Amino acid sequence: MKARVFVTLKPSVFDPQGKTIADALHSLGYRDVQDVRQGKYFEMDLAAASADEARRRVSEMADRLLANPVIESYRVEVEAAEP
Amino acid sequence: MKFAVVVFPGSNCDHDAYHAVKHVLGHEAEFVWHKDTDLRGADVVILPGGFSHGDYLRTGAIARFSPVMDAVTAFASAGGPVLGICNGFQILLEAGLLKGAMLRNRGLKFRCEHVYLRVEQIDTPFTAACTHGQILRLPIAHGEGNYYAPPEVVAALEARRQVIFRYTDAAGIVTDEANPNGSIDAIAGICNEARNIVGLMPHPERACELPLGSGDGIILFESVVRALANAAV
Repeated sequence: MKARVFVTLKPSVFDPQGKTIADALHSLGYRDVQDVRQGKYFEMDLAAASADEARRRVSEMADRLLANPVIESYRVEVEAAEP
Repeated sequence: MKFAVVVFPGSNCDHDAYHAVKHVLGHEAEFVWHKDTDLRGADVVILPGGFSHGDYLRTGAIARFSPVMDAVTAFASAGGPVLGICNGFQILLEAGLLKGAMLRNRGLKFRCEHVYLRVEQIDTPFTAACTHGQILRLPIAHGEGNYYAPPEVVAALEARRQVIFRYTDAAGIVTDEANPNGSIDAIAGICNEARNIVGLMPHPERACELPLGSGDGIILFESVVRALANAAV
């Protein structure tokens, strides 16, 4: 089963990298960019009996290792099984 | 007195810490590999600087799961003095032994230079020989030293006097220019509630001999020797 984890800085946490990227986009002429937040993206293959089990396991992994709860939040997506 | 210097894959200030303690201070020092599970009877534990596990994922995020960290946690819980320097501080934060987290430096530059610190509290084992408000000139070398904690956590740290070092100018004044990385409240180092675990981003172990540019750092190691000697009386 495939799972994806998106880790982002919490809205209250300043993101120096996102700010620099936004500045760079502005200097390229993309004046419509209002804000950029940089995050991390993980793709995972795992053996799981169901999507629910996969989601539970991956959330546990995110809590323990993939994200730091002090500064980051995360979202898990599990790919629907092939028909 | 015996110091354990924990070596993680990617530690690169382990020999500096060993040298400072053994050859400058004249005490026993021993390297402890991160896969070891005991600290060999050490009186003090140092988590040194470096780039443990390549700083992959987040600084300190993988090192905190090293087998030795169970022994470090048990040692600290029993009141043993633990000093985390730079990456060692980052590991203590990831392990939850100290509060907060590190962000990329404001300005995104890896800062490698000497800075001034003000000693905010002297009732920790690593500042016991300092005077209140003493200014130390120490080197920094980090890309992720922008200390962050939620406002309520920072307020609690300040209320409990757990901010131990702050970035200041040479006169001991907190200014925005003197803050090399954007740390909240110019925090350079903190301790836990029990005050026996101290973490800081600057490198005292690299500033223990005048030919290296500063001898100010030795006082942290002298402090713990004095604190333990007093505790033993």
